[in-house]
Amino acid sequence: MSPSIIYNIFMRDFRKQRKRMILTLVAILWGTMSIMMLLGFGEGLKVQFMKGTNGLGEGIVIMWGGQTSIPYEGFGKGRRIPLYESDIELLKKNLPELEEVAGEYIRWSVEVSQKDNILTERINGLFPAYRDLRNMHPEMGGRFINKLDIDMKRRVAFLGDDVKERLFGDKDAVGETIYIQKMPFKVVGVMKHKVQMNSYQGQDEDVIVIPATTFVSIFGDPYLDNIIYKPYDLNSSKVIERRVFEVMGAKNKFDPTDDRALSFWDVIETNRITNNIMIGIEIFLGIIGGLTLLIASVGVANIMYVSIKERTREIGVKMAVGGRRIYIIFQFLLEALGITFLGGFFGIAITYIATEIFKKIPLENEAVMLLGKPTISLEIGLVVVLILGIMGFLSGLFPAIKAASVNPVEALRYE
Amino acid sequence: MIDMRNIKKIYNTGEVSFEALCGIDVEVKDNEYIAIVGPSGSGKSTLMNLMGCLDTPSMGEYYLSGKKVDSLTPNELADIRNREIGFVFQAFNLLPYASAYENVELPLLFSGMRGKARRKRVTELLTRVGLGDKLANKPTEMSGGEMQRVAIARALGNSPQLILADEPTGNLDTKSGTEIIKIFDELWEAGHTVIVITHDMNIANHCQRIIKLKDGLIYNGNGFPVKKRESAAA
Repeated sequence: MSPSIIYNIFMRDFRKQRKRMILTLVAILWGTMSIMMLLGFGEGLKVQFMKGTNGLGEGIVIMWGGQTSIPYEGFGKGRRIPLYESDIELLKKNLPELEEVAGEYIRWSVEVSQKDNILTERINGLFPAYRDLRNMHPEMGGRFINKLDIDMKRRVAFLGDDVKERLFGDKDAVGETIYIQKMPFKVVGVMKHKVQMNSYQGQDEDVIVIPATTFVSIFGDPYLDNIIYKPYDLNSSKVIERRVFEVMGAKNKFDPTDDRALSFWDVIETNRITNNIMIGIEIFLGIIGGLTLLIASVGVANIMYVSIKERTREIGVKMAVGGRRIYIIFQFLLEALGITFLGGFFGIAITYIATEIFKKIPLENEAVMLLGKPTISLEIGLVVVLILGIMGFLSGLFPAIKAASVNPVEALRYE
Repeated sequence: MIDMRNIKKIYNTGEVSFEALCGIDVEVKDNEYIAIVGPSGSGKSTLMNLMGCLDTPSMGEYYLSGKKVDSLTPNELADIRNREIGFVFQAFNLLPYASAYENVELPLLFSGMRGKARRKRVTELLTRVGLGDKLANKPTEMSGGEMQRVAIARALGNSPQLILADEPTGNLDTKSGTEIIKIFDELWEAGHTVIVITHDMNIANHCQRIIKLKDGLIYNGNGFPVKKRESAAA
């Protein structure tokens, strides 16, 4: 048995079956495109969603002071537990499992002006660690608050991108001066735009950040609004939470089992749940895509069967002049596989081109932006090709075996 | 060449079984020119199909060139059909969308003949049957006579000794039919064993020997010499 025999027969038959083969090819192409688009958009959605959930920050836990609900060591219940800057050091010292700890001051409705523009905005007094903890990254040409700003209580400001628009419009803001409660502050950076799906004080794009030390010297707040920490091991956030209760409970003299004394938002957990939902959606889309592809391959099998029925006479002739059954089988198998892979290849190519074009379309609407970044990964492509291969093989194999089992005499009589 | 003993062919279609051949003995020596005649349903085609290894007998033994072929595997039968037998059909049975060249090439593809040798052989065969200028023509562009000539060229591909023809002139006009029989004559004179099924007694009388079939049995004791030719078997 030689491959050249099979190849020759295949090439002879291809020419006359062109139209039918092209139709089948289009079916596979369509099925491939469907599954790739669905998976690609699903993946894109997941990535965008994750970016959105990470807009608040990655791997962080946000802690607020609460109220005691259990009497402890002579203290009654209903006692407020405030957070101080010294608590940051306390936690850092007692909890080496924490990669970073930082605190935040918040003040609403502060008068801020720029030239003739007078507005009321939200002010955050932050530490440099907040840039990475809360993904507040500066646009090119600017920077976040740094250690020197903190040490020297500089009057510098980092603007959210939306509040920058409100104050400066399209003009460049870095290096300019704004007036916070009539005090001049130099703008050192503007936040790079991000999608933020979670928040506890409003969107970061609306906030003006000044050094925490400067904040205290101006507004005199004695307590922090919240403390944010980031553990090394994301899976241990629950254990760490209990440790925090112990440490803070020892300092503030409240019962470490008093869950009302402090409140936590485990962003890690929130993101994990969201991520799982996204994976679920991706699987769902994948199944739909897979079913579409399956339908396409049923189409291939159908056409192969019809094709073989019609070519029964031909098969008879080939057998009569001495063609072995295996050649017949291989020939049809090759046809099925050839069409499947060719259709699949074009389907993948078109999908790739389509998604590249789609990505270039500028999208303003944030909701559509979530959908608008389909991601075609190599893994998806390979999986699709593998599925195609199996389907092509099967949809060609069964008709082919049936074809080859025909008695040449009967086949020749077939009309 | 052919030695068939007590050959039976029974068709079982559901509840009914039909005995197409009811126990026949045929002996054919090399380079004989034989006609098989008989009414419709007498089993002529069935017999030729068995001779041509297109089908296997239900009972009995078949020796082709000394080899027992009645119980070979499909692959072995395919190889015999490819190399030792050339079949010509009433309905030509050419591949409709392939050219004359590609049709004749078919058995050579299956026997694995290499490109250059194959090209040479195909051209040679088609020239021999007078179609050297029609290699690229498709069956739709040919007359019945031309199509049958392509079929004969195809049958000769791997130089088989045995040529079997089932009503080769059945679909042809008289003139074309005569031309075709002339080719078979030439093949016999060149040394091939030629067996032809025919309704036409002119053609039958043309051959060395006639085997008459009726209702699945041979009626004239394996044929008798019609004309005394050079080496007719008695």
